Amino acid sequence: MVKFSVEALDIWFGKTQALKHVTMSVREKEILSVIGPSNSGKTSFLRMLNRFNEENPEFRMSGVVSMDGRDVRKIDRETLRRKIGMVFALPLPLPLSIFDNVAYGPRMHGERDNRRVAQIVERSLKQAFIWDEVKDRLHESAFKLSGGQQQRLCIGRTLAVGPEVILFDEPCSGLDPISTAKVEETMMILKKDYTIILVTNNVKQAARVGDRTAFFLSGELVELDATDKMFTAPSDKRTDDYIRGKFG
Amino acid sequence: MLRKFKEFVIEKLILLCGIASVIFVALIFVFLLKEGLSVFKFVRIGEFLAGRSWYPISEPAQLGILPLILGSLWVTFGAAVISVPIGLGCAVYIAEIAPGRTKEVLKGGIELLAAIPSVVLGFIGMVTLVPLVKNVFHLSTGLTGLSGSIILAFMAMPTIVSIAEDALYAVPKSYKEGAFALGATHWQTIWRVLLPAASSGIVAAVMLGIGRVIGETMAVMMITGNSAVIPRGLLEPLRTLTATIAAEMGEAVVGSEHYFALFAIGIILFIISFAINVTADLFLHKHK
Repeated sequence: MVKFSVEALDIWFGKTQALKHVTMSVREKEILSVIGPSNSGKTSFLRMLNRFNEENPEFRMSGVVSMDGRDVRKIDRETLRRKIGMVFALPLPLPLSIFDNVAYGPRMHGERDNRRVAQIVERSLKQAFIWDEVKDRLHESAFKLSGGQQQRLCIGRTLAVGPEVILFDEPCSGLDPISTAKVEETMMILKKDYTIILVTNNVKQAARVGDRTAFFLSGELVELDATDKMFTAPSDKRTDDYIRGKFG
Repeated sequence: MLRKFKEFVIEKLILLCGIASVIFVALIFVFLLKEGLSVFKFVRIGEFLAGRSWYPISEPAQLGILPLILGSLWVTFGAAVISVPIGLGCAVYIAEIAPGRTKEVLKGGIELLAAIPSVVLGFIGMVTLVPLVKNVFHLSTGLTGLSGSIILAFMAMPTIVSIAEDALYAVPKSYKEGAFALGATHWQTIWRVLLPAASSGIVAAVMLGIGRVIGETMAVMMITGNSAVIPRGLLEPLRTLTATIAAEMGEAVVGSEHYFALFAIGIILFIISFAINVTADLFLHKHK
């Protein structure tokens, strides 16, 4: 099943072209890793899916991005973003308690019943594999958690809104290896229920968790293939060079 | 050798400048206290602060400044009620909603508003606002607290807008993105994320705006009617602490109880603005 399909996508920020004629698709309930050096367009690609690029007044595009066969531009942003959660590079808890951080989304979307909210919070934190670590201190400030815990809290917060897709934008770039391993483990399990797109600077991470991997370079999609194949026998020389660490 | 000497001289000169400003403040403060506290040889502090009549040159003089304190408070309250919502709305619009060009024009406009001398605002208020207030509310005079509040609101607005806008702008962009990513609308993001995150800066903005209003003299003197009676609302003439000093200091006999009383009013004003500035400062630094 195709979750997203991207056809002939060109985008610009002002005069700079950030993506050049990208055509690809993302399958339902896979982890797609997106790799590439800085300024390769991988984050711009990610932000096309939840219409985040449109917050930039200089943004222009041509081509079509569709989710479940519908042009994302025809879905209003708030509805789209409830279906597509996003986890950022730096864990970003709000200055609230652990509980309130997770309850934030459901409450914002109109959930008034406190028992329901508590259920959602518990379920989301369990899914993000942080429940056992925080269940006894739900009302402490989220800032007291470690970086890795904060990041999993943010994953929980994203899950609480009930998305179908989760976008990870370099989620481990600020984390130590142990926390990184935990976040990766979480992603692997979430894959059962969610479509996951992981933008990462860490080629090894892409190799570890991705079902398929896409390689971007200077705004072009160079190659998209099963991760095993890509990391053993890439079809493009540039992919091979990047994976081996010859540049980037 | 010569270079070292130059360094030494420059260093000491700068030190002198630094010390001078402290000394000036200290001297002003000492003078104000010395003159102001002398009034309590004539009147008890309770009578001074809570006395309901201000007849400084009658025999015997009645030196109750309650009408003046209430006058200042009413005008300030009125100005705050007008300028805080408008100012914050303006700040949110500039920081979050206005597209590039509109933003520049608005910011320029706000700066221009800050550049209008208060006496000019007072003068404009006198010929436009005063008759308007008179006609709208069917009053015998338009020289009322309300007129003063409106003009003062104009003066507080630039302070409130620019500081609140800075505070909103300083909220990390990532907060906003985080809220958007959860499917929040722009307004939900502003109301539930940006405003709370910028709250300390916004409180400081409001405090500094109010500080400006409390200390303002010229415009209020021109359009509030200057009657030193206890005001029952904003639709009556009233008189503020500042206007009293400005209006009467010229006529007060040096060394008389009237003269000392005006200095004591100065102390009260000093305490009020000092408290407001300290509060604003506390909030601003909590922010950082």
